[in-house]
Amino acid sequence: MSLTDETVPGPDGPGMLRKVSRWWGDWPLTQIAVIAAVIALFWLLGHNTAATMARIGITPGFDFLGRPANFEIGEAPIAFRAGDPYARAILAGLLNTLTVAALGCLLATILGVALGVAGLSGNLLLAALVRWYVEIVRNTPLLLQLFFWISLAKSFPSPRQALSVFGSFFLTNRGVFVPGLAFHGVSAPTLWLLVGLALAYMAFLWRARREGSLPARRLGIATAGLLAGVVLTFPLTGAGASWEIPALAGFNIRGGYNLTPEFTALLTGLVVKFSAAIAEIVRAGIQSVDRGQWEASRALGLHSGQIMRLVVLPQALRVITPLTTSSYLDLTKDSSLAVAIGYPDLVSIINTTANTTGQSLEALTLLIGIYLAINLSVSAAMNHYNRRVALRGIART
Amino acid sequence: MSISDAVYLRPWRSSATLRTLKIGLFGTPLNSVITLVTVALLGWIVPPLLRWGVFDATWTGTSADCALANGACWAFVGAKFRFILFAFYPPALQWRPLVVMVLLLGLLVITAQPRFWRKGLLVAWPVVVVASWILMSGTLVPPAVPSNQWGGLAVTLFVWSVCFGLATPLAILLALARRSGMGGLRTLAIAFIELMRGTPMVAILYVAMLILPMAIPNGQLIDKNVRAMIMITLFWSAYVAEVVRAGLQAIPAGQHEAATALGLGYWRTMQLVVLPQALRLVIPGMVNLAIGFLLATSLLAVIGIFDLLNAARSSAADPQWLGYYDEAYLFAALIYFVLCFGGSRYSLWLETYLRRSQRH
Repeated sequence: MSLTDETVPGPDGPGMLRKVSRWWGDWPLTQIAVIAAVIALFWLLGHNTAATMARIGITPGFDFLGRPANFEIGEAPIAFRAGDPYARAILAGLLNTLTVAALGCLLATILGVALGVAGLSGNLLLAALVRWYVEIVRNTPLLLQLFFWISLAKSFPSPRQALSVFGSFFLTNRGVFVPGLAFHGVSAPTLWLLVGLALAYMAFLWRARREGSLPARRLGIATAGLLAGVVLTFPLTGAGASWEIPALAGFNIRGGYNLTPEFTALLTGLVVKFSAAIAEIVRAGIQSVDRGQWEASRALGLHSGQIMRLVVLPQALRVITPLTTSSYLDLTKDSSLAVAIGYPDLVSIINTTANTTGQSLEALTLLIGIYLAINLSVSAAMNHYNRRVALRGIART
Repeated sequence: MSISDAVYLRPWRSSATLRTLKIGLFGTPLNSVITLVTVALLGWIVPPLLRWGVFDATWTGTSADCALANGACWAFVGAKFRFILFAFYPPALQWRPLVVMVLLLGLLVITAQPRFWRKGLLVAWPVVVVASWILMSGTLVPPAVPSNQWGGLAVTLFVWSVCFGLATPLAILLALARRSGMGGLRTLAIAFIELMRGTPMVAILYVAMLILPMAIPNGQLIDKNVRAMIMITLFWSAYVAEVVRAGLQAIPAGQHEAATALGLGYWRTMQLVVLPQALRLVIPGMVNLAIGFLLATSLLAVIGIFDLLNAARSSAADPQWLGYYDEAYLFAALIYFVLCFGGSRYSLWLETYLRRSQRH
């Protein structure tokens, strides 16, 4: 480097201009030339694109979002009919992506942790089975697995001959039927009360964190209060909930939740693929804790549950958290393979939009922007959590 | 040296294994229960699979023979073997993709062995890739074969090696820019890398399909394979750049300073001092990345290119052999598995090899 701060005469520290020029660094003109070249390249590409669009007769811009979309969406968490605007279709696709990604992360974590622990259980047969599961899943493409799951899901028998598991899950060619909570008479006050309860609970957690400690007893009381509040909300606002088990009625199966074959195949594929990744991460994390830690904790008289909870996990989490974060992000991105098996996720809807309106540049810009936003916000949230995990270790040593 | 060790150790190990097996399966009551439950689970799953895949399977014959039996139809794989390897490439000229596959796999096997690591390999790869291209397209030796007829395992290997090969030099430049003291270039590199890493590969492939034809002058004339390969190269280079950056970060600043003190300029420092050490550190990481990329080439199926996976899928759409998807997918999975499992074992071996050779 050239001059250090101390030798600069005049006011304390470098001035604004100097800071900028130091940040900009060596070869300022070459850098400007490179950046100008990149801008020129993009301008050229943009110019060509605009010319092509003008030739085919497409006006650039996002006006198409308000125009009616003349296609149906197989399944959507919000009501959508042909004729609703494109913006609503894209929102439905985004919600589908988020649903499958969130459920996928949750289930993959549960299965992955179970597999990781099973692999370390010390039972040779179980460990070997887990290892082969992980190797087979990791060394074949996700898309191939998805093709396999969708062809399996579509080869199930019709509802009348449905394959039943424990009498409450039904596998049919019209999808998988699972038991679940069914709500009736849910009104706006019900939802507002639930939102209020959730906010109160989060405020309590946030305050407890600011005070620095959260005794298990107080957390238990607060959680019990939350559950009691949720249970009481329903009769108070005239709503009801019941546990529904699907059953054969006539030619179809009624009750519970019906997961479409596409959704089931996509979720299964993502969960299987990423549970293998998470199992490996958990194994690596727990093995990264030195054997001496186990021995020292045993010498202190802790039993194995306590060793795991108080000594091993806090240290293993430091390895596990950042790796799991990138697994979650990969899972969210890989949910875009939905387009290949016909689940109406964000990519699939954007693709249809681009094909029907011809506004492929705008549609893909929207797609990439949304994925970037999801990615950046998830990694920001996980980095925040990671800092907490990492700091706790340092503060207590 | 290590081989002779293993030979001497073998008798010792086998008796030890028998004991660990006993402890590992029935050491504690809980362990015995886990073993019994696992065996019961296997007993429930494995026999039907064996019956389908082996005992009731049809190994030779036509689809009519398969329709009579209950099990798998391996005769289908026999009949569709050529299609899965070469897809719609003209049958009389299928020796061309075969030669390309042999060349690429052969060079891969040579590259995998550290004793062949010298400058010649850096020349051999571009030469082989260009020769493969000429051979596949038939530009010099007619008849020419348009690239929309290319397919199968040949295309998978071809796209994979070309894109990975082109992405690596680009990635080194990106990683250097991201680590440099030049704010403008650094920002540019960070923006590019994060944009690519935050986007799904499917979206990148759609850009290749829908945007590139509009953006490049006469873009409609560039065929689909080339457009996809341009975007895949850009996409992968961001991932490779992050691995290279990890290697650059591991090199102590003293190396850089010492080289500068010797009077070497930036490029000489990088070329002679920093990059050789950094790249050596990240070789196992690059191998793992390469395995991931091979699996990722299957996404070409989404935009209708007949790679290995798509060829396997369409082979089961043949009216004569309709619906043998399970067999087709299992066969494709086997090819992917052999390549990738072999690759990951190799990566483990290479890691210990490099660590050992560094110590000496």
